Formats: sequence, structure tokens, C-alpha cells
Amino acid sequence: MKTRIDRREFIKFAGAAGAVAGITLSLPACAQTKNGGAAGAKVVVIGGGYGGTIAAKYIRMMDPSIDVTLVTGEKTFTSCPMSNWVLVNMHEFEWLTHSYDKLAANYGITVIPETATKIDPEGRKITLKSGNTLPYDRAILSPGIGFKWGAIEGYDEEAAELCPHAWQAGPQTKLLHQQLEAMPDGGKFIIVAPPDPFRCPPGPYERASLVAHYLKANKPKSKVIILDAKDKFSKQELFVSGWQKLYGYETDNSLIEWVAGSSDGKVVEVDPQRKIAVTEFDEHQADVLNVIPPQKAGAIAEATGLTDDTGWCPVDHKTWESKMQPNIHVVGDATIPGSLPKSGYAANSEAKVCAAAVVDLLNGREVGEPTWVNTCYSLLAPDYGISVAMVYRIDADGQLNSVEGAGGVSPKDGNSAAEAIYAESWYSNIVDDMFA
Amino acid sequence: MVRKVFIAMCFISMSLFGQLVHAGTPTGQMLAYTCAGCHGNNGVSKGAIPSINNLSAEQMAQAMLDYKSEKRPGTVMNRIAKGYTEEEIKAMADYFASLKK
Repeated sequence: MKTRIDRREFIKFAGAAGAVAGITLSLPACAQTKNGGAAGAKVVVIGGGYGGTIAAKYIRMMDPSIDVTLVTGEKTFTSCPMSNWVLVNMHEFEWLTHSYDKLAANYGITVIPETATKIDPEGRKITLKSGNTLPYDRAILSPGIGFKWGAIEGYDEEAAELCPHAWQAGPQTKLLHQQLEAMPDGGKFIIVAPPDPFRCPPGPYERASLVAHYLKANKPKSKVIILDAKDKFSKQELFVSGWQKLYGYETDNSLIEWVAGSSDGKVVEVDPQRKIAVTEFDEHQADVLNVIPPQKAGAIAEATGLTDDTGWCPVDHKTWESKMQPNIHVVGDATIPGSLPKSGYAANSEAKVCAAAVVDLLNGREVGEPTWVNTCYSLLAPDYGISVAMVYRIDADGQLNSVEGAGGVSPKDGNSAAEAIYAESWYSNIVDDMFA
Repeated sequence: MVRKVFIAMCFISMSLFGQLVHAGTPTGQMLAYTCAGCHGNNGVSKGAIPSINNLSAEQMAQAMLDYKSEKRPGTVMNRIAKGYTEEEIKAMADYFASLKK
């Protein structure tokens, strides 16, 4: 093998070295510049959930000279994370709801509890349901998910009133809760789990666990059946070992049954009136039929042309600016987030990186180096918690990737009692980060 | 001579590559923001998860380094601490210490 390097290569190399050194030197210097260039700039955030509240609040924390409006759609927010807990009476429904009042009072954010109906990327303005318009310099969308109605034959918005998805918290959570309460002992609670990618990857399995816990105490002859489009799922080993300990999983009396996609678990049709889920070779009669349908980015993202053929929004991960439309940033479940999952914590972390980038861009500064964290707890029973955690950054190839050697799921012999307690504290603190 | 240059280049490229991976180190503030989701607004926890707003920079950095090296047992923090360099841990510890009144 030749080890010679010719002059041309050397010069090329030295050039690259200079460029790298330049970046390393200039970034911290830029980050400290304060020139007030953004005074009066207008940012409109659409979506008042895990991503939107954080984007709005952190922009105001980093640069109070920027004018921030938060379009929430609702007067209060209802959290999807922890809604499984409410489903099985661990907390009242109100535990999920939060007011935007402090975001207005403490951070000077203009909160508009209306729906945004249209975005004009060229004219840089947003039309609200009332017909009022909001001009912006930069818009940030955290619109959450939409459902692919009809992807499962027979499952549309009307069917969801009979067979709730409860994958957006609110009336759907209440409906599924009522149906679980009304289910007779000996009934079948069927969860139809969606294909990847979807909101909250461990969510369907946490729901199965907590419903099994409820049934064990209240309706022990009943059963939870997960009909899955997939062959594997998030935190699977930990769920399975917990189910074995708690719910007799894989025994004749198991409270939980999981049917993998390759074992005919994929539901292709439902009859919402009769609560029947149809797979390729079989029909399953449910007493409660919880259909979590295939998903895509929230409606406004699609209507604004921010989605690609996957149905999700491609973004530049350093700024979360859309790759489809300039001056519009997208965070949270609606995005294609590299290695990050579609979780509440990821949305929180993405929104902070996005907020910092928007502040830098509006001030004419170079955008700083990002980093993200995801920490996500699931309960298998009220005193049995598991978690997945990871640190992310832009890797040497420019991709948003997990840091090698870091993160992962709870150890097999982990402290599940402590993790259950931390899960509840996680919720108190993340909603404080959003709303206080 | 050529060989010597090559060896020197390898050293340069190794150190440059090291810098490229951590090209821009995130600021202490950016790093600290990612903590708030679990540890609360500005590191003030409302529940069982410990607050991290009340530690000196040395205490916090030492705790993180001990989690990173598995010297200190934890639930999620060992997994998270391993995602950061010593320099980054120091930067986030300094940021939280600067919030103390």
C-alpha cells in the first residue's frame, strides 16, 4: 500500500483543516454576541403541546425582544403522556389538563385559543378560524399527529366514536375509560397496535399493561389482546419480562396476549358496530375495541405542503426548519426526527433546539451546536416502571444520531419501584417546564 | 521525509477528526436545557426526582462523572451521563451553578 500523499492532496487537506478550525473558533464567539437584531421580530407557534409550549417559552427566555404568539386551538391542554394512567383510575382526568395562563403572565406570550386553518408561506401569514390573520417572520409548528382514516377498512372518524383510538387525549380518553368500566368480567379488551412510525412507541404496550392491572383487580376473567401490525416493539424484553412476573404472560391464564404481525396480528378491517377486528385469516370479537390507526403528520402540516411521501415533515435537524418551505419550522411527532422517537420528551428537546436556532437566526447569528435527550417512562403496574433514555447529537456524517455507549433501556434487574415513582415526577416536572 | 509528513498528517487528522465530532460543543445553556424536562423548570423538581438547581458546579460535575463511570448507582442517570464529555459536564454544571441566587 502506498503511503505517499501528493501536494494537491495536502493542500486540500490543509484547507479542510482551516475550515474546521474556523468553525470551532467562531461558534462560541457568535453564541455570545448580543446585538438586539431581533427586536420586534414576530414568531408564531402553532400547537400548544409538548413541543409548542416549549418553543414559545424558550424563545422568550432567550430573547424577550422577540414577539411570540402561541396558537393553541384549545383553552387548556390535555396531555397524552400519562393518559393511560387516567384510563385505569390512577388519577382523575383533570390531572391531564393544564392552563396556558402562566405562559401569558410570566413570559409575555400572546396565547390564542383558536385553530389555525391556513398558512401562506410566501406571504408569511397564518389565518385563524375566526378569519383573523397573524403575520410572522418565522413560524414554528408542533401540530402533532393525524390519522390515516380508512387505512384500516371501516375505521374512520365516525368509527372512532364507537371504537376509540384514545391516541389524542381528551374526549377519546374519557370514552375508552367509560368502555373499560362498562366491560363485563370475562370480556375481551382488544388493542389494535399501529405500524411504525407512530406517536409514543411504547404507549400501546403500557396501555395493555395497565388495563391488565385493572382487570386483575376488577375483572379477573377478562383479557387484553394486542393485535399488532409489527413483529417487535419498543422496550419489548422489559415488557415481556414484566408481563411474565405480573400477568402470567405466556401461561394459559395470561391476562395479556400479544399477536405479532407475522402471526396474523395485522388488522386490515374493523366492524365498528359489532366491535370486530378482522385480520388476514381471522376475526376477533371484542368487548372493547381500541383501534390505534396508522398515523401521519397533523393536518395543517399536510395542508401547508410540509410533508413528503412518508406523510411526515422532513426538517433540518440543526434548526428544525422545514425542508419543504422556508421560514417554517416543525417540531414534535409530525417530523422525521432522525434517531429520536416520537415522544413528548423528544418534542420538548427538539423545541429547545429549534427555539435557540430561531433566536440565533433572527439575530443574524450562526446557529449553535445542538444536543437532545429523550427520557421516557412506561408503567407495567402502578409500582412497576421501566424507562428508555438517550443522548443525541449531530454525528460526524451530519445525521441526528444517538451517542454511542450512552443510553438504553432499564437494566433487567433494574429498580422498577423507583422508576415508577420517577415516572410520576417526570410528568410533574415536564409539565412545569411547559406551563410554569 | 514523505513518511514523516504522513505520520504528522495522521496526528493532525486524528486531532481534527476529534474536533469535528465535537465540532461545536453545545453551550452549557443548551446542554442544561435538556435536563429541565425531568428535573423541572431551571432544575427545580416538583417531585421525587432530585432538584439540580441547588448544587455547586463541583458537586454537580462530580455527580455526573460518577454516574458516567458507574461509581455512583442510579436509574437513568448512568445511561444519560455516558452521553457527555467531561468538558460538557463541566459546562452544564457551571450553567446550573450560575442560576443560584
